[in-house]
Amino acid sequence: MPPVVEARGLTKRFGDVEALTGLDLVAEPGQVTALLGPNGAGKTTSIALMLGLRRPTAGQALLFGLDPDDRRARSRCGVMLQESGTTGMLTVREIVNLFRAYYPSPLPAARAIALAGLDARADARAGTLSGGERQRLYFALAVCGDPEALFLDEPTVGMDVETRRGVLESIRALSATGKTIVLTTHYLEEADQLAHRIVVIDRGVVIADATPREIKSRIPSKRINFRPETAVGDTTFRGLPVQNLEIADHRVHLLSNEPEVVLQALFERGVVLRDLEVTGADLEEAFLSLTRRA
Amino acid sequence: MTTPAAAPLLKMLLAQTRSELLIRWRVPAFSVTNLVLPIVFFIFFGLPIAHLRSGDGVSIGAYLLASFGAYAVGNVMVYGFGIGVANERGMKIDRLMRASPLPPFVFMLAKVVTALLFALLALVLLIGFGIVAGGIREPPAVWATIITRLLAGSLPFIALGFAIGYWSGPNAAPAVANLVYLPLSFASGLFVPLSQLPDFVQRLAPYLPSYHYAQLAWSALGAGHESLGESLLWLGGYSALFLTLAVRFYRREERAKFA
Repeated sequence: MPPVVEARGLTKRFGDVEALTGLDLVAEPGQVTALLGPNGAGKTTSIALMLGLRRPTAGQALLFGLDPDDRRARSRCGVMLQESGTTGMLTVREIVNLFRAYYPSPLPAARAIALAGLDARADARAGTLSGGERQRLYFALAVCGDPEALFLDEPTVGMDVETRRGVLESIRALSATGKTIVLTTHYLEEADQLAHRIVVIDRGVVIADATPREIKSRIPSKRINFRPETAVGDTTFRGLPVQNLEIADHRVHLLSNEPEVVLQALFERGVVLRDLEVTGADLEEAFLSLTRRA
Repeated sequence: MTTPAAAPLLKMLLAQTRSELLIRWRVPAFSVTNLVLPIVFFIFFGLPIAHLRSGDGVSIGAYLLASFGAYAVGNVMVYGFGIGVANERGMKIDRLMRASPLPPFVFMLAKVVTALLFALLALVLLIGFGIVAGGIREPPAVWATIITRLLAGSLPFIALGFAIGYWSGPNAAPAVANLVYLPLSFASGLFVPLSQLPDFVQRLAPYLPSYHYAQLAWSALGAGHESLGESLLWLGGYSALFLTLAVRFYRREERAKFA
């Protein structure tokens, strides 16, 4: 059985800008892959190339071993795109039913609407939906064909906390039934909760491709924060496992995975600390440090 | 277990057409202008003189119903595709469609089928109104010929609609459609018979697509100015021209959005 997605050396240039450089990605059946990166990193471009919505400048993408434009490949994929719309004049149920007709063996409409948590709005016209509800409608459209693979570009963007939890729950449930999922997100937390594998992209380049556990071990988990009594500079921290070092206003901020090692070394180097705080690092901040380093 | 690799195209076409019909029906800008406007124009321009006959015995009422019928079908096509396509581009509906298993030609075909059904409805309402309110009498076969010819000959206006839809943005499309289609209809003698229009318009008309299109209907009443073959030749030429433009603008859009 061919992999669901097989991307080799995918490269996309828009004019002078190289949006994606040499992406290699193989998504095996049943796997959840998260493309993680800050805005503008090339995640949306990656999805567009995998789905054949854009033509790669170099490299190749295959869907189920077929050209992404092939209807047999498309019929096995459900898609949620960031920059897309749908008519406002049909109801949620009507649009879901329309999309169900595109697929050989779709889910019952009510089931797709329930997965998106839109039961209460099933008979509302799409034009009257709020931003978050609209996003859930797109989710319903992605899943209604009961496809083997789901491509979700920033699925929870614009959703409130409650809605987001519901949709993440649905994604997990779909994954549990063996769906292959490729999603993009700029939240490490989301990728960590959902994915078997995280591909970190920054400025069009893959800078990490590993399990969530491995990714997390690579990024600093603690934030250290103190006021030095003695003069400190960048050289004070030479050779220590620190990241995002900031020395300003008589305070030192840094991130580290091994706070004990850092503090021990600082004491040995004769640094006198006041107001020491060691806290858990914000995951997003830590993740940003990973991309900034690249 | 063997599941089919893709959904049947006919099923897709039916579902797509059903949705397009619902959308058109629910947007008053389409349903009212498509179905009501030709009747309103007929009330002003046609009804007062519907009982008259021309020198060679043609019912003026029937002649004007044929004229407004030609106007009505072109209206459905130019506005429906012009504004509809431009709106959908503005709402980025095309992106999601592109990623779905729906083949683009089924998407287009559903629009054409929907427009033809709306055009048929517009003709039936208009002619029905003329018969009931204007007492205009022609053999049913004549009405059937007019309806069939107008629907079958509407390709240049479908192409013109697509060209406008792919050329202009969602805000400009209604204005562009009006600026193109209303003068075209007027100068082709669809509102007021050509013989009553200024001399330069009379000389211009034989070069316009709407003029040759209306001949399809006028000649069914024995009031045409040219042979059917001549009309079809002109309409074929205009179809080719507008299709070329539509494809050109469509490709420009493709390059920008999906290259």
